[in-house]
Order: sequence, then structure tokens, then C-alpha cells
Amino acid sequence: MRFALFLGCQIPARLNQYESSARAVLARLGIGLVDIATFNCCGYPLRNLDFRAFVLSSARNLALAARERLPVLTLCKCCFGSLKKVAHLLKEDASLRAEINTILHREGLSYENEVGVRHLLSVLFHEVGVKALRERMTKTFAGLNIATHYGCHALRPSQITQFDDPVAPSLFDQLVDATGAKSVSWPRQLECCGAPLWGVNDELSMDLTEKKLNDGKQSGAHYLCTACPYCQIQFDTVQQMISAARGGNHHLPAILYPQLLGLSMGIDGSTLGLKMNQLSLDNIENFFVVPQPPGKAAGGITKEAEED
Amino acid sequence: MFFTVTLYTALAIFGLGLIYKMSTWFRYKIGVDARKIPTSTRVGMAVKGIVSTLFSVKIFTLIKIFILDVILQVKVLRQDFLRWLMHICLYGGFMLLLLLHALDKFITAKLFSPYYSTLNPFFFLRDLFGLLVIIGIAIAIYRRFIVKLPHLRTNAKDSYAIIILAIIMVSGVLLGGVKITSYSSYQSMVEQYIFSGDEQELKSLEAFWVQEFGVVSPTVRGPLAAETLEAGKTLHEMSCAECHSRPQSAFLSYGVAKAITPVALGLDRAGLPAILWYIHFLACWVGLAYLPFSKMFHILASPLSLMANAVMDKDRSQPANIATRQVMELDACTHCGTCTSRCSVGVVFAEIPNINILPSEKIASVKALAAGKALSAQELRHIQEGIYLCTNCRRCTVVCPVGINLQDLWFNVREALLQKGYPELGALSPLSFYRGLMREGVVDKYPEPLLRAREAVAAACDLMKRRDAVLPLTPSDKGFKTELSLSAQAGTFSVCFGCETCTTVCPVVANYDNPQEALGLLPHQIMHSCGLGLRDLALGSNMLWDCLTCYQCQEQCPQGVCVTDVLYELKNRATKQVKAKVMG
Repeated sequence: MRFALFLGCQIPARLNQYESSARAVLARLGIGLVDIATFNCCGYPLRNLDFRAFVLSSARNLALAARERLPVLTLCKCCFGSLKKVAHLLKEDASLRAEINTILHREGLSYENEVGVRHLLSVLFHEVGVKALRERMTKTFAGLNIATHYGCHALRPSQITQFDDPVAPSLFDQLVDATGAKSVSWPRQLECCGAPLWGVNDELSMDLTEKKLNDGKQSGAHYLCTACPYCQIQFDTVQQMISAARGGNHHLPAILYPQLLGLSMGIDGSTLGLKMNQLSLDNIENFFVVPQPPGKAAGGITKEAEED
Repeated sequence: MFFTVTLYTALAIFGLGLIYKMSTWFRYKIGVDARKIPTSTRVGMAVKGIVSTLFSVKIFTLIKIFILDVILQVKVLRQDFLRWLMHICLYGGFMLLLLLHALDKFITAKLFSPYYSTLNPFFFLRDLFGLLVIIGIAIAIYRRFIVKLPHLRTNAKDSYAIIILAIIMVSGVLLGGVKITSYSSYQSMVEQYIFSGDEQELKSLEAFWVQEFGVVSPTVRGPLAAETLEAGKTLHEMSCAECHSRPQSAFLSYGVAKAITPVALGLDRAGLPAILWYIHFLACWVGLAYLPFSKMFHILASPLSLMANAVMDKDRSQPANIATRQVMELDACTHCGTCTSRCSVGVVFAEIPNINILPSEKIASVKALAAGKALSAQELRHIQEGIYLCTNCRRCTVVCPVGINLQDLWFNVREALLQKGYPELGALSPLSFYRGLMREGVVDKYPEPLLRAREAVAAACDLMKRRDAVLPLTPSDKGFKTELSLSAQAGTFSVCFGCETCTTVCPVVANYDNPQEALGLLPHQIMHSCGLGLRDLALGSNMLWDCLTCYQCQEQCPQGVCVTDVLYELKNRATKQVKAKVMG
């Protein structure tokens, strides 16, 4: 399968490890990625200000992918939500589509037929599948508790994003469990990370992030796991800033899912950019059980995960 | 005499211009931090920084950057081959012409002996280098005026650069062509170099030059007798060949000569060689004198910018040197439009027609700000809006062929602008995420723009303040209600039946003991205000800007009200309302 990789604005500027780890993992799984250099912002940050600017931004990206006849693969939940929303709007609203197309035509683009928009996690879950993931693993975690953070803009509005069950999602938990780690249940799992208000209302943003961190910690998680640059930066860089500003003992480092998956696939730490995270991930490798011969290991992991 | 006087005048203006422009690098202040650093400190720090860099291992970085990015222009090559070809032709050709032809007395003549401009290979090379520049000019015209590349905006400075170069090159080639045909030029050469008084011999030489060298004579014309030509050739080889190659080598000029042959005599009598000569050198002097004030100043500033950025680091370099570098970078910009073509938000210019969204155009505004130009409040707000519409994705900085750290530049200018006190509603959007991450550096005035934006919204929503006001039960602003109903994202508010599920599930509401005090109206109340057409209440709550857009409310609404989307639409409207008010 081939996808047009949509990186968005945050990852190339502030979270290179997400890109490098996702590329490494997807390459091993045989998912082809095509880079479209002219992709622009998905429009998410502009949505507060101007609806049409938001629609145009996403529409142009969709049109660029359509020109290459490729579905889009996003790493960011907010990009995912925006592209999904606009794909939906353009499908439903013919007059909006016509107006946007008038602008796109100026640079020889147009958006007519729906373009597939997928998030990294859904591609891993639906296209690769948990079983195939397990077969690729060379190491397995044991006793590692992970709190999965789904990310609002992938889950909701579910009618449009169609990512997973919005009330009781399980896709991310299954992906985490596949690595041998245990996805813990935690009450605030589906709540927002607080990132949308970072820089807008920092006190409120910190309140919400802190609540999630405390909750994850109390639920026994060793790490949070994310698959979105905003969530990751919030739980990593901003968590550090919260600790500096407010103290507290909610220390709960966050790992990006492709970093976690990459580790169990035996990809080296520098490719996964483990050191680029602000909060140390050094201890995570202590949770590896001794690697077994490949055939046996695959079976072993399956069994262990099923027991969980 | 005239030549010398004008040359020295041009040189003097050039020199003074250079000093003036370079002094601005140390005098102009960009951003908040730079205000505190006096010029003297900046000069001192720059000298110290340059010296310490030159005597450290960083010198190897500088050499590498100089070869790859300055000489070979690898950064441009990575972006666009045609542009690279254009620029290599322009600067390569022009530099070589400068060394070989313009400064021949000082360089070529010293290096090679014998040197005559009319002798090969110099005769040929001058036209070859000229051709390179002309190819470059042609590509530039093609890109800017024929295909009109999107995002490549042409301003007066771009046109001036192309025009002055074109005048220099065209006048040079024409001059070469006219001189080949010119009988008067031929005669003066004869006077200077031929010492034979024999009329017959001179006639045969003239015949040879008419036949072989393209001279157009009033008396001698073909067909010419073979023995005359033979005699002419002998004299030519004795007296001329040593310092004059055949003009066919100067292929551009020779082409011109052939083309004008039928009218060459008239042109010569009209004094065209002299006229063209004046045009040629005066255009050179104009180009030279105006260079520091034109786009051509990038010849100096761009390599410096590339090299400075290669060895400087935001966290480790002296703030004084960063302040200086940021002003210098403004001169390094060549208005090539690469940043704009790759800008993440440039696309929205079609919806929000503010030229300051586009990075390549923003530079002009930043230059005006740095120079302390008096800008109207409206212009300042316009720049502020454009500069805030930026996701800080760093692409402009990564792709800039002259290595300008544009992102830091925007960030600095933005903070300084925000301190001027105009409300910026963009501050209340996720566009502020990066500013939040950078808050340690902007801490003293960090909350002010956020408060000011909220105040600006509140100021436009009077009813919010009149808590005791009696509200009508029928829609008070039917227009507002109708507009909302028809909008693409807010129409569903009308089916709200007030169950308060949205408010109950909202994590923001849940965060406060007394949510109404912190947030104003709560989500269900805002939906209700829309239904009643109470514009001020719908637009005036903090709830709008404190909404996480987590979609819990929308997901769980039993009536299918798209609560989050309605809030988005209300934010759009509040933004437009404030914008209309402050932008006038």
C-alpha cells in the first residue's frame, strides 16, 4: 500500500523523532510513503479565525493527494480531523466545493472525488493488522504499563472521523498490547491533552494536562503513549514546563507509538529518536524480556498478549 | 575626463552607500530583545564574534558553506534547477565579465601578456560571459513575466535589477557590434598602429578588413581582387594580427555587426559607437552607485547571511550578534519567493487577502519596521495579522536559499508588534501553541496579548456586561440568527432543546468550581443565545476561546447539535467583528 505522507507543521519543526520513527516502522512493514513537498498546513490552527481559510487549506492538500491518486496518511490527530472534516464537507456541500475549486483551479488543482484520509494508527491496525505486527517483532515488553491517549480529533466527531468507537475505543490498546506492554485502563483516557489551549490559556491547559497525568499515574501507567504531535509535545515538553511552574509529582513520560513499536521491532534508538524526547525514555528498555528465537518469540508474544 | 569623473562619483556613492547600509545592521533594532542592546555593544560583539569564529574550527564550516552554498548555490539547486541555472549564469557571467573585462587593466592585463581586449581568447570570452548573463536575464524575464510563477511576485526592485543588467549587457553587445562595422574606429586604429604611408597598401588593408573583419567602408566594397586582399593580409599580419583576432570570435557582437551592415555607415556617421559607449559605462556607474540601495546588495549580504547562520545558534550566540544578523538578513533577501512557494499558510491568502501572510512579502514590512518608518495604525495591524497567521513550521527557514532564519525573525517582530497594543485575535487560536512553548523567552509581557484579545471581544459585546438587562424572548437580532442558520457550520444550533448535556460533559466547565464566573455563558447557554439572536451573549463569552475543541459536547448531544462547530462559527464571527472594528 502506498500513501501520501502528511507531516503537517509541528512534526518537521518540533518533533522530528515522530517522523523518523514512523518512517522506520512503516518501511519495515512494507507501507510505501510518498512525500508531497507542496503540502501546506491542514488548516486546523486557522479554524478559530476563518472557516473558509480552514477549508481551503485542507482542500488544497486533498487535491494534491488526488493528483497523485494517493490516500493521505497523517501522523497528527488534528491534521487527521481537519482533513476528514473537509473531505466530508466537500462531499456534502456542492456549492462550497465549487467555490473552493475556483481557487484551486488557479494553480491547476481540483478536488472532485473523495480522497482517503487515514491516521497512522488506523493504517497499522486495519492495513497491517495486529497479527502481522506481532510477526515482525523481535523483542517483547513485559510488565510495562502504558496509558494510551487516543486524541480528541481522531475519535470525535465520530460520524466524520470514523476512527474507532468514540465511547469505548480499543484500536490503540490492541496496538500497544501487541508489543507485550499492557494497556492500562484509566478513567480520563478519552479526554483532551490540553494542547489546544497551550499558548491561549496556559493555566487551564495545565489543569487539564495535570489531571490526565495524575490519572495515568494513579492507574499504574509507566508511560503515556501518543500518536499526535500536539498531544506528545503537551505531555513531554509542556509537562516539563508544568513541573517547573507548579511542582507536583505526576511525572509520567510520554512515548510516541512508533517509538514503542519500533523498539519491539528491534529498530535502534537513534532512528527512533528516543533521546529527542524531553522526558527520558531510558528506562523503557528495562522492560524487555530476553529475546527468543524468532519463531518461538512470535508465538510467545501472542500467547502473552492473549492472557492479558 | 567625463569617464573618470563619473566613475569616481559612482564609486564614492557606492562606498558611502555601503557604509550607510552596513551601519544599519548595527543600528536598526528588530524585536524586543534588540531594543536593550546599544549599537556600540553590537559592533564590539560582532568584531569579537567574527574574530573568534575565524580562529576556531568553525572556519571549516565557513569554508564549506562558502563553496557549497555561495559559489555552487547548492541550496538553490535543491529547490529549482531553472532558477539555479539562471542565477549561476547571472552571477557567474557577471563576475567573470567584471574580472576579465571591466577590471582588465588591473587583473587580466597583469595576469596575461600580451593582453588586448580584441585578442583571443579574451575577445571570445567576453562575448561568452556576456552570453551567460544574457541567458540569465532571459530566464529571469521568462520566470517573472512570461510564466508568472505562482507566489513569485515582482516588485519595482526586482524590475530595476533586471532592467539595469539588461541595459549594461545589451549596450555592451551592441557597442561591440557597431565597433566591428565602424569605419571611424577602423581609421583610428590605422592611425594608431599603421606606420606605412603607402596609399595602395592602406587600400589593400582596408579591403582585407572589409572582407574579413566586417568593417563597412564608404569607398571599398566587394567584389575585391584576390591580389589586393593578399597584400592587405600581409600588412594585417605584420601590423594588426598581434593584437586583433578575427571578430567572428566575438560571436555576439559579430552577429550584431552582420545584422547592421546595410545601415552601418549611417550609424557610424551618427556617432553611434560613442553614444553606446556612454550608455554602457554610465549604466555600469548607475548600477554601481545604486547597488547598496538595490536588491543587488544581496551580493554582499547573502553570502554573509549564509555563513553567519551556519555558525550561529539561537541558544548559544550572543543576543547582540543575533540582533545584528537579523537586520543583515533583511538585506540578504533576494525576493526569490521560495519561502512563499513553500509557506504552510500561504494558501489562505486567497481567503484572507493580507499580503503580509506571504513570507517573501512580509520582509518588506519588516524592513519598514526595522528602519523605524512611520506606519499608520492600520498598517501595523495589517502586518500584525499577517505575521500571526503563521504555524511556525520552519519551512521558510529550511528552504531559504540565502539561509535567513525567517522563523526567528517573524517571531521577534511579532512579539515587538504585539507590544504595541493592538488586539490580535489570532493569539487566541492554536497559532499560539509555539508562543506558549517559547514563553520563557517572552515572559515579561507574555499574557498581555491574550488578555487584550479577549478584552477586544468583550468590548464589542456590551450586553455581556449588563447582567441586570431584561432580555426579550423573541429573537432580538433576527439577521444574526438567520446568518448563523445559513452558515456551513452553525446551522444545527436551532434544534437544541436545552438538556445541558454539552455543558455536563465539557471538561473545561468541569475544571471550575464556578464555571460561569470564569467562562461566562456555558455551551448550552450559548446555543440558546444563538436561538434568541442574542449576538452579544453568543459572541462575548470566554467559553468560546477556552473551548478545547475536543468535541465531547458534539459527540454526546442527543439532538445532533454540532456544538463545537457552532462555537467555531461564533469565534469566526467574533474575530471578524473585532477585525472590522480595529482595522477600520
